[in-house]
Amino acid sequence: MKSASVPPCGSACGLCVTEISHFSVMIRGKSILNDINLQIHCGQLTALVGPNGAGKSTLFKAILGEIPHEGRLQFLDSEGNRSAKPRIGYVPQRLNFDPNSPITVKDLLVSALGQVPALLGGSRRTLRIAGQALDRVEAQHLINRRLGALSGGELQRVLLALALEPVPDLLLLDEPISGVDFKGMQCFYQIVAELRQQYDLSVMLVSHDLNAVADYADRVVLLNHVILCDGTPQEVMRHPLFEATLGRLEHQFI
Amino acid sequence: MYEYITALISQLPFSWAQYAFMQNALLAVIVVVPLFSLLGAMVVNNQMAFFSDTLGHSALTGIAIGVLAGVQNPTWSMLIFAIFIALIVTVIKDRTGSSADTIIGAVSATAVALGIVILSKGGGFARYSRYLVGDLLSIRPDEVAALSLVLVAVLVIWYIIFNKLLLVSINSSLAGSRGFRVKLVESCFAISLALVVTFTIQWIGILIINALLVLPAAAARNVATGMKSYHLWVLFITAVCGISGLILSYYWDTATGATIVLLTALGYVFTLLLKQPNRL
Repeated sequence: MKSASVPPCGSACGLCVTEISHFSVMIRGKSILNDINLQIHCGQLTALVGPNGAGKSTLFKAILGEIPHEGRLQFLDSEGNRSAKPRIGYVPQRLNFDPNSPITVKDLLVSALGQVPALLGGSRRTLRIAGQALDRVEAQHLINRRLGALSGGELQRVLLALALEPVPDLLLLDEPISGVDFKGMQCFYQIVAELRQQYDLSVMLVSHDLNAVADYADRVVLLNHVILCDGTPQEVMRHPLFEATLGRLEHQFI
Repeated sequence: MYEYITALISQLPFSWAQYAFMQNALLAVIVVVPLFSLLGAMVVNNQMAFFSDTLGHSALTGIAIGVLAGVQNPTWSMLIFAIFIALIVTVIKDRTGSSADTIIGAVSATAVALGIVILSKGGGFARYSRYLVGDLLSIRPDEVAALSLVLVAVLVIWYIIFNKLLLVSINSSLAGSRGFRVKLVESCFAISLALVVTFTIQWIGILIINALLVLPAAAARNVATGMKSYHLWVLFITAVCGISGLILSYYWDTATGATIVLLTALGYVFTLLLKQPNRL
């Protein structure tokens, strides 16, 4: 956690905050999320943990405005300006392409960052921005590789590069359930930790890797349709509800 | 302008190049090649081969509705019905969350059955069988000109939506998070596809139009290393097969559309042989 002393203002101040208040989501008559209240401060990495179907990815989709929800999202920047639409960077859990697909990393970045169609190669300006974005996650060597030829960890880094261009107010990371090896995961979290400090990012992470959560998160939120508990990794992981929920989680994975 | 181009074609030292119907057909192929290349590449990329097949089949019902309404030229009723089908499928898919395959299959079969029932009433179906096979050699100069306008429209639409469409196909939430309007982009694509399929179906044929969209793109995927090379391959395969298929159909006296499709199938086998298992 950041110290309580008044930080130097400017980019890295820890004062900006994303407020999620009274978020509820119903899908086909079934309550998926009920009255979720969270404050995410910048510079903080908040991990969402919970069993499968707890509504973690749904919360992300509600924050992205993709599915209808009750409650409101508000972003408060360091100067005290309020906005209902913070700039959100999103790293999805998985992509929808078959491994044979002729889509390269460059095509992906150009399609998201520029207007000149990727089939024409994209504009020079877009390519420059794409290169800078990949540099940020040390992945420039991947630019001409096909998405289907990347390892799980490499793909995740590319997606992170995209989510950080332009630098967002809030970064949402939906971690893949499988397909990323231990080393790739370590490398990914290392990069997230560095960039978080550098850009004073607010990060929300859906994670299935509790060791990584213990190592990298400032705060853990245990979610199962409602917030069961919320605190530092040590606090939450010692909570009796955590063990109960986690027991189920581990059984599902065996 | 048109006469000038056909005069140029007639300078070619081949017997077929002397006939007006072959000159028209050749120009039609030259317009259709980039049109089908662009759409087919995206259809295969978005795994929508079954969807475009349905649009082709819905043409039958579109014609039937046109006949019931008493219009002379069924292109408009086909177009409206195809757009309707395209949007219906998109909506049902989103609402129910059931497998797109099943829904599209059901819609497709219903459309075909409805079309056949209406058109066969009184035993007159034979009159419409030309739509099943298609006749490229019957295309008129004004129709080639109209087809060129469709090509220009699709080129403009593609320049605007290509990147958005690509990102939506990769992950729609990711596209949404970047401010892309996912539904609008998907609808634009569905409508463009409906436009091109219904507009060309009388020359290419309901039975094979989808193969002409899908096969060159499927072949290109075996060898392409990125979006640019993918599109160049699709264009190359469609152009070679389109022009040589037209000429072969003249000498063999066979249906042009089907001859072209057979060549694209050969193209698929060819690229399969070129395929390297460990492409980067």
